[in-house]
Amino acid sequence: MYNIDVKDLNFYYGDFHALKDITMSIQENSVTAFIGPSGCGKSTFLRLFNRMNDLIPDIKMTGEVNIDGRNIYAKDILVDELRKEVGMVFQKPNPFPKSIFENVAYGLRVNGEKNKKVIEERVVESLKGAALWEEVKDKLKKSAFELSGGQQQRLCIARALAIAPKIILMDEPASALDPLSTLKIEELIFQLKKDYTIVIVTHNMQQAARVSDKTAFFYLGELIEYDFTEKIFTNPSKESTQNYITGRFG
Amino acid sequence: MTTLHIDTELFKLKNSLHEMWLLVDKQITKAQIAFMEYDKSIAREILSREKMVNALELKIDSECENFIARNNPVAIDLRLALAYIKINNNLERIGDFAEGIAEFILYNMTEKLPDDFAKRLRIEEMFNGVAEMFTLAKESLHEENSAKAEKIFGLDNLIDEINRNSNKVISEEINKYPEKVEEYLYLNAVIRKLERLGDRCNNIAEEIVFYLDAKVLKHNKSAFENR
Repeated sequence: MYNIDVKDLNFYYGDFHALKDITMSIQENSVTAFIGPSGCGKSTFLRLFNRMNDLIPDIKMTGEVNIDGRNIYAKDILVDELRKEVGMVFQKPNPFPKSIFENVAYGLRVNGEKNKKVIEERVVESLKGAALWEEVKDKLKKSAFELSGGQQQRLCIARALAIAPKIILMDEPASALDPLSTLKIEELIFQLKKDYTIVIVTHNMQQAARVSDKTAFFYLGELIEYDFTEKIFTNPSKESTQNYITGRFG
Repeated sequence: MTTLHIDTELFKLKNSLHEMWLLVDKQITKAQIAFMEYDKSIAREILSREKMVNALELKIDSECENFIARNNPVAIDLRLALAYIKINNNLERIGDFAEGIAEFILYNMTEKLPDDFAKRLRIEEMFNGVAEMFTLAKESLHEENSAKAEKIFGLDNLIDEINRNSNKVISEEINKYPEKVEEYLYLNAVIRKLERLGDRCNNIAEEIVFYLDAKVLKHNKSAFENR
């Protein structure tokens, strides 16, 4: 069970109360979208799931983030181990200045995998999983920078898949991509749902409506509404959610 | 705050549907007058206006499609577009009923309905009943008042009762005046049209409640009645 359970979470940047009393559960093998205006705390919240905020100075957190029943902020948790289970894909594709093959193999090598055959198998498997294999199988040794933006983003997804995570966090994964590449990423999200729990931050309402099973609306650090995506986009319970998704906010 | 583009588009859509509503309102009001007064010139007017109703239906359908395609509406905006498509279709069908009544007056009716027969048939009561339902629907959408829309459902009972009673009254009249059998069979069809007009008003009320409150009452009247 790789569900995510957040209890009474509060998060502060210095004196700024960025996340307020958030409690929510995310089911495994589902896609959950976080929506809300810039600065509402959705990306901060997402980054808590693999402790990406740890190195930011002067932060404070109370409450719990449980993944698979373990509090990931407990003292005995090894962050490196956690991040093997919780992969992340960022807004802009950020491939390493290496070959396509090495980009995907990198995580495996860093984690001590030396068996060439195993690495090769995992790279192929991950590129297939990221729906990129057919496009790159003949140029694995070429630089990752030769790929288009959409291909680079799928390469980053393949890189995340290679270390066999259970959860994939996506922070606006298609915001820098053209519509066709965006569609490929969204199709990929549908396929990946079978094996992974996916949490995606997006500013694109239609994208949230298309890809997610549940949607959470954040505003000023509060979780305003969290429900099935169909419900949020046809009949949200809160007026502020409706105002936001219909573009009448503020 | 400046008006959002989507609100401007919605305003246009609302205006178009309002125009349709006024036109169809005129059709059924005139159909009642033409029928009660046996006025063939008004019946001809109705037939000539029917083309406008059809054209406006197509225009509103197209506007709804464009609105959905260009604005990707969600929540209340999406419900409005979906409800408007169905209300538009129901209004067009109501326009068809008015046309059907006008055709009866022109081609099948031979004289003004005798007062006594009209009274027993309760035809004026039926016309007034559906007109009340229609007006209530128009007002509830205009005022965005779902409670008003829900009042329409109760009014349907009267129309149904008059409709059920009509078979007996018409067959009695046919027995009395067998030479009028064909005309009265067509008259029976007019009663059915009015009954279905009431049903269409019900459908419209359901769509208004769906748009405003996101409640689906279609095929679920018992849920409504048991509330």
